[in-house]
Amino acid sequence: MKRILIGALTVVLAACGRAPLPDLETILADKPAPALSDYGLFMDPTGRVPVDGVLKYDLINPLFSDHTDKHRYAYVPAGTRVGYTESDVLAFPVGSVLVKTFAYGDRYLETRLLIHKADGWEALPYVWNTEQTEAIYAPVGKRIEIAAGLAAKDAPGFTYAVPNKNQCKTCHQNGDAVSPIGPKVRNLNHPGPQGVNQIADWAERGWLSDVPVAPPRMAQAFDPNASLTEQARAYLDINCAHCHKASGSASNSGLWLDWEIEDAVKLGVGKHPTAAGRGSGSALVVIEPGDPEQSILAYRMASAEAGVAMPELGRALIHDEGVALIEAWIREMDSDR
Amino acid sequence: MLKRAMISAMGLTLLTACGSGNETDTPAPIDAAQTPDVLDATALQALLIEVEEGGIVELPEGTIELVDGLSLDVNGVTIRGAGQDKTILDFSGQQGAGEGLLITSDDVIVEGFTMRDTKGDGIKSKGADRIIYRDLTVEWSGGPDENNGAYGVYPVESTDILVERVTVRAASDAGIYVGQSDNIIVRDNVAEYNVAGIEIENSTRADVYNNVVTKNAGGLLVFDLPDLPKVGGNSTRLFNNRIFDNNTRNFAPPGNIVASVPSGTGIIVQANDKVEIFGNELTDNRTAHVLLVAYSPEFEDERYNPLVRNVLITGNTYENGGYEPQGDLQMLAMLMGGSLPDIVADGVDRWHDKDPVDLNLVIDEPESVSYVSLGLGAYPLDPSNLSPSDERPNGTPGERLQAVTLSHSE
Repeated sequence: MKRILIGALTVVLAACGRAPLPDLETILADKPAPALSDYGLFMDPTGRVPVDGVLKYDLINPLFSDHTDKHRYAYVPAGTRVGYTESDVLAFPVGSVLVKTFAYGDRYLETRLLIHKADGWEALPYVWNTEQTEAIYAPVGKRIEIAAGLAAKDAPGFTYAVPNKNQCKTCHQNGDAVSPIGPKVRNLNHPGPQGVNQIADWAERGWLSDVPVAPPRMAQAFDPNASLTEQARAYLDINCAHCHKASGSASNSGLWLDWEIEDAVKLGVGKHPTAAGRGSGSALVVIEPGDPEQSILAYRMASAEAGVAMPELGRALIHDEGVALIEAWIREMDSDR
Repeated sequence: MLKRAMISAMGLTLLTACGSGNETDTPAPIDAAQTPDVLDATALQALLIEVEEGGIVELPEGTIELVDGLSLDVNGVTIRGAGQDKTILDFSGQQGAGEGLLITSDDVIVEGFTMRDTKGDGIKSKGADRIIYRDLTVEWSGGPDENNGAYGVYPVESTDILVERVTVRAASDAGIYVGQSDNIIVRDNVAEYNVAGIEIENSTRADVYNNVVTKNAGGLLVFDLPDLPKVGGNSTRLFNNRIFDNNTRNFAPPGNIVASVPSGTGIIVQANDKVEIFGNELTDNRTAHVLLVAYSPEFEDERYNPLVRNVLITGNTYENGGYEPQGDLQMLAMLMGGSLPDIVADGVDRWHDKDPVDLNLVIDEPESVSYVSLGLGAYPLDPSNLSPSDERPNGTPGERLQAVTLSHSE
């Protein structure tokens, strides 16, 4: 309690003085702070405006999360650097915080923090109160009723699930460790919310060094100028591969959907399911080239039912555009393999 | 409480004094972790998150209704109910997650409760070494149904697994399924009304004994599948099990490997190396008591061997088997007079364009135990290749497998 009080005081006092700064002591504390505002990442507890040094960014392709708007911020402690990596998640230094707020317009639902502590990343869920004045630590997650039409024009009413702390880890698992998913160079290498290329910007701010002339860049999943394969693979990479990779929660399926995979069977082509149960629908293989109706991948994406729907966590609605993209990709595949 | 209120008030005052313009209610106080008298689903999940390493989470008597899957990621924790018939976790209203309880930490014990009607798998443990599943019931209360979850008890990618005194009913795949794991004991369980009673898949060193396996479509399965991170299943012993009346229809959703299991099979060994089957009581399994088969679909995995080899079958009892074969075997049995012997091998000894392999099958049973090799040679299945023979294979027994010893339990 005492520590919390001091933390709160620090924030408050900082807010009264010159430019406020994130509170590194709270960020690196053993226990999660009770409220999002305790970290000092935002100008005030409503969490709308970040303090200096907390930088808004975005990803070329977002994970579909029931049509929520996402506000992402990165904080890197002053005087530290982010290690450049070509294909993995960037090497953020200890003390870094990745912030992701899920919202429908002005209505904030939850803010998730990934904090890089000395012994690894920690994932912490915070849930916004209905008054939208404060987000409170919610280790067990929460279910929030969403009225019809709020998520999207034609969306039904549904229950939005804020994941609990363990569920955070399920998606963020990387071998034995927890790791961010999105902030890889290829997902950041485009003009971001600041209106400039994010990799160049981060380099200019001194966050990144050793940036090559032409860092890799991911296709935009719904860019008609990209090939269907590029679009589909980009979509699968951000929506599925956090679990469906060799070091992910779904490693045992042998279905690996990350961008780097080249083996067609690992990608699901002609691959029999491992533990799909009724998630197989009536299909025999994950991808039946030329026939999305006989492909488990499309079937599970097109379901909203627990035990069938994929991803298993973080999705209650069906992403029609995503389903259409994957179906088109499968339909285009040569059925004559 | 007073102290907390005071601190909150101070915080509020300071904020207000600072002129942030935020004149809202005090944030709700955070309650410290405590064991509530009545455990609801949220409180239970909170306990599973906040429990310290080595701690015990006690589940009280009664029924807890859950709308989401539970999960545990703390090492050394015991989740202990008041008994299989006393503590019921009811998932009939489950809205999310792929299983009822997911365990991702080591040295965990789950015991003494019932998991009912999960939407996906019952209890899954992944990368959870030295786990013990004990005195549990995992069931789907409506009986066999293709909409039931796939696996009841589902340890995968783990080392040192003990499953004992567990009852599993009506899983639409395997009641007890151990996958891609090493060093396994499955004993004293009851598996009934599942598609597969107990399945050991892509695993090594498993002892499966003293189980009652009945009213499934297939009783005990030892399988190996291609295209998984771990392939090359070997060294499994199936002994002293009672395997009877496994004649429930196969209600597995198509696409899953067990959907190909003919209803009425006692034991199936597929694509495995070094399997011993002894001391089992096989009764009233209508397709066949024991099936030895290769993996039949096409595959490209170069690490994979689809054949059954080095199998020893000895000292089992066989009664009333193969009287009404089902599935693919029905057609083949028709060509041979309608019924099948106690032990049936597909006679597949090669794949792709490879040369035939000496399978080294040993049937060390009295002459009264009937046997047939269908003599198919290779897959895909072509009935015109059928050349059945009741001549027993002339394998030579290798060194017997050693009993599995677990590092964490007797």
